Amino acid sequence: MAKVTGRALYTSDIKLPGMAYAKVLRSPHAHARILSIDTSQAARHPGVFAVLTGNDLNGLDPYYGHAVKDHPLIAIEKVRYIGEPVTAVVAESERAAFEALELIDVRYEELKAVLTPKEGLEKGAPLLHERKFEAGALRGFEGEVTAGRGTNICQEAHLRWGDVDAAFAKAQTIVEGEYYFPMVYAYAMEPYVAIAEVNENGVTVYSSAQHPFMVRHDLTSVFHLPVSQIRLIVPFVGGGYGSKSYTKIEPLVAACAWKARRPVKLQLSVEEAMLTTRSDDALTWMRTAVDGSGKIIARLAKIYMNTGAYAENSPLVCEKATNRCVGPYSIPNVQIDTYSVYTNTVPASSYRGFGCAQVTMAGESQIDELAAKLGKDPYEFRLANVAKPREEFFPKMRPFDGNLKEDLEIVAKVLGWKKPLPKGRGRSIGCSVSDAGAYPLTSTAIRVHADGSVSIMTGSTELGQGSHTVLPQIAAEELGVPFEKVGVVSSDTAITPYDRSTGASRTTTLMGRAVQEASREAIQQMVRMAAEVLKVKEGEIEVIAGGVQCGEARLTWSETISRYYGLPDGEVIGRAYIRKAGDFAQLPVFWETASTGVEISVDEETGLIHLEKLATVGDVGLAINPALAEGQDIGAATMGMGVGLFEELIYDGPQLVNGTLLDYRVPRFSDLARHVELHLVQNQDGVGPYGAKGGGEASLNAMPANIANALYHASGVRIRRAPLTPEKVWHALQEARDKKGSRV
Amino acid sequence: MKLSFKLNGRPVETECEAQETLAEVLRDDLNLTGTKISCEVQVCGTCTVLVDGLPVSACTLLAYEVRNRDVLTIEGLARPDGTLHPIQQAFIDEFAFQCGFCTPGMILAAKALLDENPKPTEADIVHYMDGNICRCTGYVPIIRAIQRAAQGTPKEGKK
Repeated sequence: MAKVTGRALYTSDIKLPGMAYAKVLRSPHAHARILSIDTSQAARHPGVFAVLTGNDLNGLDPYYGHAVKDHPLIAIEKVRYIGEPVTAVVAESERAAFEALELIDVRYEELKAVLTPKEGLEKGAPLLHERKFEAGALRGFEGEVTAGRGTNICQEAHLRWGDVDAAFAKAQTIVEGEYYFPMVYAYAMEPYVAIAEVNENGVTVYSSAQHPFMVRHDLTSVFHLPVSQIRLIVPFVGGGYGSKSYTKIEPLVAACAWKARRPVKLQLSVEEAMLTTRSDDALTWMRTAVDGSGKIIARLAKIYMNTGAYAENSPLVCEKATNRCVGPYSIPNVQIDTYSVYTNTVPASSYRGFGCAQVTMAGESQIDELAAKLGKDPYEFRLANVAKPREEFFPKMRPFDGNLKEDLEIVAKVLGWKKPLPKGRGRSIGCSVSDAGAYPLTSTAIRVHADGSVSIMTGSTELGQGSHTVLPQIAAEELGVPFEKVGVVSSDTAITPYDRSTGASRTTTLMGRAVQEASREAIQQMVRMAAEVLKVKEGEIEVIAGGVQCGEARLTWSETISRYYGLPDGEVIGRAYIRKAGDFAQLPVFWETASTGVEISVDEETGLIHLEKLATVGDVGLAINPALAEGQDIGAATMGMGVGLFEELIYDGPQLVNGTLLDYRVPRFSDLARHVELHLVQNQDGVGPYGAKGGGEASLNAMPANIANALYHASGVRIRRAPLTPEKVWHALQEARDKKGSRV
Repeated sequence: MKLSFKLNGRPVETECEAQETLAEVLRDDLNLTGTKISCEVQVCGTCTVLVDGLPVSACTLLAYEVRNRDVLTIEGLARPDGTLHPIQQAFIDEFAFQCGFCTPGMILAAKALLDENPKPTEADIVHYMDGNICRCTGYVPIIRAIQRAAQGTPKEGKK
């Protein structure tokens, strides 16, 4: 309810006593050495408390990064992308800070810049990072970190099984091509913002962050402080979508607070947010082969991803993109090589879909291209090749825990698959399966109060995915208490137990399981208490909804606790630890599975594509809250449509030219398909509570390919680069028309 | 300079500088943080408030422009006793928000729509609301919420 009344607090709504405001001066050069910074005039400007540069960090360890410690909290000696923070001013008002920025004089020596992976890998290319890196401790993937080896390669990943060369040699039909997924901006509508306070107690930061515990870890390293002295508090978050995963501006704001000796707030504008994090793009060359019976037998791919100036989470994205080239098909021979390359552009990091979106543009396009070459229906071709339930289609990983046949059938039905379409219309059906990035490390505490109400202490952040709804639903179910009696305290690292992250669609499955187990552990404790109170053996106690029973005697949880303590007061704390063991021993924790389909209309005069029908199917095991699960699917599919039709960060040389909301087009009401149908498939085949799996990303992944495939269906024209803007489409249609004309 | 206007039904007097925007005055001077700021270029609709019943982007409207006018923010929509406005209730019932950041602006734009057109078609809703961006919901639940609120609202005369 707080969200509809304006009472929900986001980081930007918080005011601390004595709080000052910071503004950032950013690099105008893509690659340059900093020769000098003169801050003397700025420091004297009325209202200014402090000015921070890379020369003022003695006492701090300024480089952070959970995968690769390559990211300075403010530029040190060098700038590596246009927009990189060079100086921060702390003042009594935003206005005073902003004015003082004008008084700062920075001298640069420009260096040659590399702007694409291709340039970054050329012989003699200037190196962004000359030093050898410490791998971050918490990278969350098994492979080796490969940055800092004297090239601009940030991370490499390689996947092989079978023998692709032999398979291609005997293949019946082969398609190959190059596909492009653009750099996109997640556009969480709340831009990055953080408030920091540094004093003798340690460091406290309020931030719009998805992973407070990961940020806390980076701050312990920056400030040389123990975990117990760093506190991250995350109120409501105005959108994340992966773009707020891991550390962003928190070390910079904390360093400002440290220098200024007072609380400091840094609020980025949307333009600045676009210069802070973007998605990796991917240039994928892929070749897929089919045998005489129409079975896919081999896939070969080489992928180049542009990770920007700093690694951030791109090493994990690189690994995941590699894995996700395979699904959701059973392919006996596979060779995938992925290279994530540093360039002098905005740093790339997690984005919804996490590598899967990038490579599914190629994968799902190729499936349709193969089907076309074979003269087969793309839907039936998929049915014949998708991984089957419980099939170990990815060697050594958890067998597939979804049902793609069921998912695809529903989409086909919604679209009216076999029905003839009028001219200018096309349709497509796609699917994706991701080895969920969730690393199983989570804990939680459930407090059962003496009046029978319950508080869940959870480290998960509420981004809008509904953790504040789903987790209480689980606790209410387990304890047999009304949903209204369960509250949530979340995302304060000083209060809520450790949760590695909120993202990768993990909250329902992992934190949900933790809540379930903690509830049961609380019940066990209360059974022991009841036995003592009733003076019987534990074995004679029966658990019922909302309490216990022993013969004629019945106690509610409230009565149990009150009688145990002798007063209507006190509480019981149930706890759970989740780690990579038991049900969660095998990764991925679950396969995030979805199928989406579209029907489009294309205007030949303008190249404009409009969505006429959209179908989404989330294969989620069990939707604890179906409306929330469906909401995630339509949100993800809409974001995917955005990439498929218009979203792209455009660089002209080193300069980002569409770095404002005026020029970066996101989906609006008027882009909505006229007919939208959302479905959930719930076979309770996951390891989450009651068979749940995760959702929230998968419906994005196949959308760009769906649009490209539907365009091909409508017009016979194949575009392999997203977004399929009217300009691209019109040119492609013209070209096809000219070719046709010239043959006459 | 002095600024007098009606805010959420009550007269208010405050000081503002010539270049201050309405969003800044509401959030920073009057501590009404329900109005959110996102794009700052009048594109996203997040900062929508109603001035004399019409939606405006508070981030680009100078505060001085609302002198002697009637401003409604999200904080003024529910009744004094806490009862939610039908649109607020409809947003909850239809799960028409996730992260909630676009929601105050979205709800106020919807109110302006329904005040002007109490029984809009889906096309009317899409057309009117096109100035508000949502990144989470994919818009479908928002349309359903507005339709639901429209069903409940008796036909009102035009203002």
